[in-house]
Amino acid sequence: MKVAILQETLPGERRVAATPATVERLVQKLFFDVAIESGAGDAAGYSDEQYSQAGAQVESSLDDTLRDAQVVLKVLAPRLRSDGRHEAELLPQLSTLICFIWPEQNTELLQLLNQRQITTLAMDKVPRITRAQKLDALSSMANIAGYRAVIEAANLFGRFFTGQMTAAGKVPPAKVMVIGAGVAGLAAIGAARSLGAIVRAFDTRPAVKEQVESMGAEFLELAFDEDGTGQGGYAKVMSDEFIAAEMALFREQAQEVDVIITTALIPGRGAPKLILEDCLDQLKPGSIVVDLAAEAGGNCVATKPGELVERRGVHIVGYTDLPSRLAPTASQLYGMNLFHFLSDLGGANDFQIDLDDQVVRGSLVTYQGETTYPPPAVEHPVEVLKPADLPENPVLPRAEAKQKKKAIRGALVLLFGSCLLLMLGAVAPSAFVAHLTVFILACFVGWQVVWNVTAALHTPLMSVTNAISGIIILGGMMQISGSAMTVSPWTDPVTLLGAAAILLATINISGGFLVTQRMLKMFTK
Amino acid sequence: MSSELITVAYLIAGILFILSLGGLSSQQSAKRGNFYGIAGMALAMAVTALHPAVTGYAVLVPTIAVGGFIGAILAARVAMTSMPELVAILHSFVGAAAVLVGIASYLDPHQSQQGVALLIHEVEVFVGVFIGAVTFTGSVVAFGKLRGTIGSKAWSLPGRNYWNLAMLALAGYLGTQFVGQENHAGLSFLLLMTALASLFGVLMVMAIGGADMPVVVSMLNSYSGWAAAAAGFMLGNDLLIITGALVGSSGAILSYIMCAAMNRSFFNVIFGSFGGSSPQSSGRTQEEQGEVEAVTSSEAAEMLGDAQNIVIVPGYGMAVAQAQSPLYEVVKKLRARGAHIRFAIHPVAGRLPGHMNVLLAEAKVPYDIVLEMDEINDDFSETDLVLVIGANDIVNPSALNDVGSPIYGMPVLECWKAKQTIVMKRSLGSGYAGIDNPLFYETNNRMLFGDAKQNIEEILAELQQVAQAA
Repeated sequence: MKVAILQETLPGERRVAATPATVERLVQKLFFDVAIESGAGDAAGYSDEQYSQAGAQVESSLDDTLRDAQVVLKVLAPRLRSDGRHEAELLPQLSTLICFIWPEQNTELLQLLNQRQITTLAMDKVPRITRAQKLDALSSMANIAGYRAVIEAANLFGRFFTGQMTAAGKVPPAKVMVIGAGVAGLAAIGAARSLGAIVRAFDTRPAVKEQVESMGAEFLELAFDEDGTGQGGYAKVMSDEFIAAEMALFREQAQEVDVIITTALIPGRGAPKLILEDCLDQLKPGSIVVDLAAEAGGNCVATKPGELVERRGVHIVGYTDLPSRLAPTASQLYGMNLFHFLSDLGGANDFQIDLDDQVVRGSLVTYQGETTYPPPAVEHPVEVLKPADLPENPVLPRAEAKQKKKAIRGALVLLFGSCLLLMLGAVAPSAFVAHLTVFILACFVGWQVVWNVTAALHTPLMSVTNAISGIIILGGMMQISGSAMTVSPWTDPVTLLGAAAILLATINISGGFLVTQRMLKMFTK
Repeated sequence: MSSELITVAYLIAGILFILSLGGLSSQQSAKRGNFYGIAGMALAMAVTALHPAVTGYAVLVPTIAVGGFIGAILAARVAMTSMPELVAILHSFVGAAAVLVGIASYLDPHQSQQGVALLIHEVEVFVGVFIGAVTFTGSVVAFGKLRGTIGSKAWSLPGRNYWNLAMLALAGYLGTQFVGQENHAGLSFLLLMTALASLFGVLMVMAIGGADMPVVVSMLNSYSGWAAAAAGFMLGNDLLIITGALVGSSGAILSYIMCAAMNRSFFNVIFGSFGGSSPQSSGRTQEEQGEVEAVTSSEAAEMLGDAQNIVIVPGYGMAVAQAQSPLYEVVKKLRARGAHIRFAIHPVAGRLPGHMNVLLAEAKVPYDIVLEMDEINDDFSETDLVLVIGANDIVNPSALNDVGSPIYGMPVLECWKAKQTIVMKRSLGSGYAGIDNPLFYETNNRMLFGDAKQNIEEILAELQQVAQAA
């Protein structure tokens, strides 16, 4: 089964639908024959040679690449080529096309594809559910865009992002505000944080607060109770009062922050305008606004899609090709998304379009000459995508096993100790057993009590235990009076020994208590 | 006074002792705890003095007066930096008293026990005297080491563990000879064993190096408790048993905490060879590490002045230099400028559990800015500046990332995560464990060499000048 990978024809587009690494997987794991148009990977830094080493057939012309291909992989939707032919018309009859389609904007394209009975799977329509995360190209690209947004801002920004204490003086850290904490927003937070900036983030969905904070940013909150959680992990349109409060917050923040990164999108509604003129006026000269929603019209009123504009010293970045600016990584991630999709479709050997598969049905836009978009509504629960795959804790099961082992050992010790005590009880006289009982209970009490002692008071603990271990004085006291038969108490060895013991123990008692007293007096708040 | 009444009084005293230890769970209740202890002790002594069998007041009163006086003088005079010595010598007194009580108990003509009871009594005496003697000489040696009278380096006989085993075996043999003798004829065996145990105590503590002293002191604390408990068994006195058990378990817990803080087992500390004598030590890695960057005290003062969030890590070097009071003056100056300052205490900093806390308390540092390792370790990444004063191994990153390091696995204060660190040290010598510290060579670390107290006083003067100029 042949897979064809085409060169992107939009000027400035550097990405490619497969990298040598993903080609190798397609060939070896899914058993596809892969043909790639010569020069397809050049802009992303992957040479024809690398592709042929990975197992692809490098074809010099587009027609050779497409001949007998059953699956065609691309990044962007088919478009009119510079030679006057439309890419959709060149695709082999009945083949399967997988790429970004944006079917709402491209209804004519769907007709072209239907004429040739193409099965089209739109990467931008992959349902955003947990199972489909590994083929979620929108998330892959958003992640890259978020990162790149910070890099673009840092590039234009005239200062360090991180605060520094140098011998020549202090440099304050940059303050970054991220609006919209989706995948792109979270990626931007992570990148800005790791450059050392102070990051704040705002989102209408309270549920993402935890994710924002886990990335090390402060979550800005409105004193306003409205949940903006909409379908499929996106936000919904908010009430007017909410928007007013939101604007006030942005104006207030604009006085402080140096960089604003906006990522707010509401599906099917274009981008909400969040950074208005009055807000821009608050920004200090030298500040940067990066508008990740530029393609959908922009969150900032001054945004010009695809361009960098300057307005009274404030740069407004409206680039729409941020993932393409990181072409090698973007191609690799996108290529892996495609690989996972093809793997879900059964690979070369069991390739089939399963209409009952929610992921396939959701992304299928043309099939057997019919437009199949939008898909019939499926009741699927809203699942908020996790930020950048928080690592699971692999230590947990091992720690549990250890705990279990410890518990078993503890039980054995207890059993053994109990047996020993029972044996002792069988032979020892009752007085001894009574003392032993007291002794062991006291050990347990001591154990419990002393664990509660705060570490700061360990030295007073030692001195006070020193003092109370002077209780051994009782032994001496019982002994000095013992030898009434001797004439003088000072010549009786038992009395003398007892007296010496009393002397030492008293030093301990008075010394220990008094020094403890002295120390404890010093501990003040 | 009836014996029932005495028993009940002892019970109350025992409860007071437990409350006394319980009171130490927080600084607020600690003073009350100490009063409980004093009350318990006074009650126990008064009741015993009123016991019908106690008649020798002519001996009792003067000895108590003299002992109490000596203790009071000691307590009033001791410098807080010398607390470890005081604690050690007080342990030795308990040990010595246990030996004396044990021998006296053996010689006591009032003994009327027969058969198994007598045998048990003799075993109790033997064990009590053994523990007492080990505690006594061990504590005396620890005292000498802490004072510096005896070198703090580990010193041991070749193959000392075999010697230890042989001595234990011999003590066991003497024990079999000792029991069952008529008319106190076993006394010579008892005395011989006392001498042997004393030697054992000396050798055991001699073999332990400087920074392991917290473990030894806690261990001797524990032993002194067990000695008191053993005396309780031989005299049939429940209060002695209870108190001994409390003290014994307290010392055992402290030893355990100290060992855990060094990631070593108790046996490794007491019987292992580590510290002082490790041959692969200093100089091995120094050339590879690169340069350290030294600063002057005025530069350090400027860095401190610029930082907002500061953590201070004190170690034994601060105690040696007596730098705690000027240090707090510096802290007060910086706090007045709005800096956020906290102290981070590693469990084995100093020579006694909690030693640093006492020193800082003496300098009037409020205890709520003095934090334990676990409380502060996560905060270092948000800290502008860490000031390390006379500490080395407890801030050594190789404990976490160098599997070959002898201190690998020991929990340490992760101060290198802060934006900047300043390490105050006398010289670039390696720490107690004889290991080089990669922290010193980190690019964001600065070294401030010289005497800690002098340097801090210079920093203080610098800060005062700046304050006046402003």
